[in-house]
Amino acid sequence: MANENCINQQDCKPIQFWTLLGLGGLVVLIALYAFFTLEHHGHVLTGMNNQIVWGLPHVFAVFLIVAASGVLNVASIGSVFGKKVYKARAPLSGMLALSMLAGGLAVLVLDLGRPDRLVVAMTYYNFKSIFAWNMIFYNGFFAIVGLYLITLMDRNLKSYSKTVGMIAFLWRIALTTATGSIFGFLVARVGYNSALMAPMFIIMSFAYGLAVFLLVQTAMYKWNNLALDERILIRMKNLLGVFIAASLYFTVVFHLTNLYFAKQWEFERFILLEGGFYTMVFWIGQIIIGGVLPLLLLFSPGARHSTGMVMLAALLVIVGGMSQMFVTIVGGQAFPLVMFPGYQESSTFYDGVINAYSPTIWEYMLGMGGVGIAFVLTVVAVRVFKFLPQDDFKALESDNA
Amino acid sequence: MNDIVEKKVEERRNFMKTGAVVAAATVAPGALLYGVAHSRAPEEAASSSVRWGMLIDTSKCGDGCNDCVTACNTENGLSGETGPQDTQYIRKLDIKDLRNGRVHSLPMLCQHCENPPCVDVCPTGASMKRADGIVRVDQHICIGCRYCMMACPYKARSFVHEPLTDQNPEVPRGKGCVESCTFCVQRVDRDENPACVDACNSNGHMAMLFGDLNDPQSPIALALQSQPSTEVRADLGLNTGVRYQGI
Amino acid sequence: MARLADWLRLAAMMFVSAVLAVATVPAVAGVDLPKLEMGKGEKCVEDTQYMRKNHMELLKHQRDDTMRKGIRTTKHSLKQCVECHASSKTGSVAASKEDFCMACHVYTSVKLDCWDCHATKPGVKQIRQGSSGQTSNARSLLTTSPLLASGMDGSKK
Repeated sequence: MANENCINQQDCKPIQFWTLLGLGGLVVLIALYAFFTLEHHGHVLTGMNNQIVWGLPHVFAVFLIVAASGVLNVASIGSVFGKKVYKARAPLSGMLALSMLAGGLAVLVLDLGRPDRLVVAMTYYNFKSIFAWNMIFYNGFFAIVGLYLITLMDRNLKSYSKTVGMIAFLWRIALTTATGSIFGFLVARVGYNSALMAPMFIIMSFAYGLAVFLLVQTAMYKWNNLALDERILIRMKNLLGVFIAASLYFTVVFHLTNLYFAKQWEFERFILLEGGFYTMVFWIGQIIIGGVLPLLLLFSPGARHSTGMVMLAALLVIVGGMSQMFVTIVGGQAFPLVMFPGYQESSTFYDGVINAYSPTIWEYMLGMGGVGIAFVLTVVAVRVFKFLPQDDFKALESDNA
Repeated sequence: MNDIVEKKVEERRNFMKTGAVVAAATVAPGALLYGVAHSRAPEEAASSSVRWGMLIDTSKCGDGCNDCVTACNTENGLSGETGPQDTQYIRKLDIKDLRNGRVHSLPMLCQHCENPPCVDVCPTGASMKRADGIVRVDQHICIGCRYCMMACPYKARSFVHEPLTDQNPEVPRGKGCVESCTFCVQRVDRDENPACVDACNSNGHMAMLFGDLNDPQSPIALALQSQPSTEVRADLGLNTGVRYQGI
Repeated sequence: MARLADWLRLAAMMFVSAVLAVATVPAVAGVDLPKLEMGKGEKCVEDTQYMRKNHMELLKHQRDDTMRKGIRTTKHSLKQCVECHASSKTGSVAASKEDFCMACHVYTSVKLDCWDCHATKPGVKQIRQGSSGQTSNARSLLTTSPLLASGMDGSKK
């Protein structure tokens, strides 16, 4: 029975499965080691401090969470918007959403100052805090998407998949809105307090999620010596292109608006011009690698035939996404709090200076652990269940008609 | 005859003495209570009839003077180090007007806002505002997520990055939790001033005034009514408990 | 896999039970019970059995009363517990395995995280005046009434 569901479904190659599992498991073990070290010695071992309070682990975690909610989109397009090509991909998308959310949340929890108090976080809620709402959204996401997967994959419950799919879609919109609002609701910081944060995160989740999905799908097809039908490839790559363009649009609007307000000029000068590393990551990472290059790749004539080009574009989008998270999360904290506009501030508490941040190896280990957890869960799930999309080409033709 | 008169005089004298003592005993507690009217018995909870606040006259604040910071470190058991991961509840902020070069110095601490952003964002409710206006972290339920540190416009909060020992028994603090100035709540609950205020005043600078903003007759309320004062980042609408003069 | 013979399974069970029983006898007999110094004074603020069962509840309620409401009665105050129960050898309630809190908690394997933050040793009582030095703040208390100070107790001769 298990043979039918090997990662290499044509001829089962357990060695491949165990290698992948071993590699992923190793990354997870390294992350656990980092966690125990940090828990014992304290965050003194990290590069995070009283100025940069959220660092590399949060970049990884928020990216994974945002991409997780975005990867569910593929299923939603199928169930909610009725596109049959995407319906076949819905189970894989749902599973990826769960595994990536698990990875992202794990990093977030392991980075807490007192992770032993997770139970406290689950039982004491301050509902004025969007973070508290996020706890509910994240946990509910597991339940709802789990249910959704069951309705998608169980023959008897297939009729419910549309309803549950709609609930999952709305829940995930709320979740990503709340995630963006974690930053958008921060009135104190120049880089954050903006209502645009929530919809920007939504659009970016579409892009990052679809990019991850394309990567995983391409890998699975390759390892099974299957070829993705060109028509499907074209549709998905065009969709990714649209999402990237939309993300760029939001970025432009965000910064243009900031440039309009005199009080935001200093921050914009920092991010766009004088921020050194942050400026580089913004322009080269977020805009060029994450936006312009993938667009060029995806809409070039060769892309219709080349899964390799699409895969490269997806990879670039992911790098761009990590860059965007870094600029948003760390860049927003690197810029000092402005308590006295028009004054230069200085103190023993690092007021008025661009805050330095150099992540230590423990933070890399912890952050990669999130990716590792998502990876391990995916590898195991794909081995146990039939997640490889089974395309019904008649349906595809009827879609096009 | 004289005996009776003497006895009567004696009786009258005794009556007067007793009466005076009784009267004094009746009135004295009132006189005592007048001074003690603001104090709260230990078993009484803090109440919102009081709102603690501070007024800092920065024109009296010396450039390079760190008395408030030193006193705070001593009182709260802080290390006094100023590395990027070290806790500082209060610090001296030096500001220079970029338009005309004027330099100025002021203490910056938790502003104990009426609408604290740090309380709004805390997922567990650990960041709290007590009924009498003191904003602090309930370190029993703080999970160390540091969201309040992101939210504070005054950078008042610090995170404890390593295990601590030999804490002051009156100021418990430990690894993994966030902390900030509490207006020396352990002292305020004993009807004393915060350590920074006492140090500033005992050293003769007299720049800091602490008291009950809700009592119209308190020195701080009278000062706020009669002299101009400003709120740092008034545009945020937080109604801070700490006000400044001379900025 | 063939089932083991009934008698063999019975024998194995008896053997395991015997091993477990032998291991617990010393504990039941009180051989390994925690040894600890009870503390200063004649008795605790509450009855010993009550404390053993309920000290956690008391601490939890008191901490919320003190932290959230500012109620600082000394009867159930953690600081006061430390004052009495600090070991005479280490001066602390949690420094060594024989200190008051650690003795039972190590025995029961219940990890304590109170002492991550709370001081384990009684503090030096700092005598503070109502307001050190001159202050312009009228919060300094009238600790004596002027009337009482002049000795109106009828003893004037």
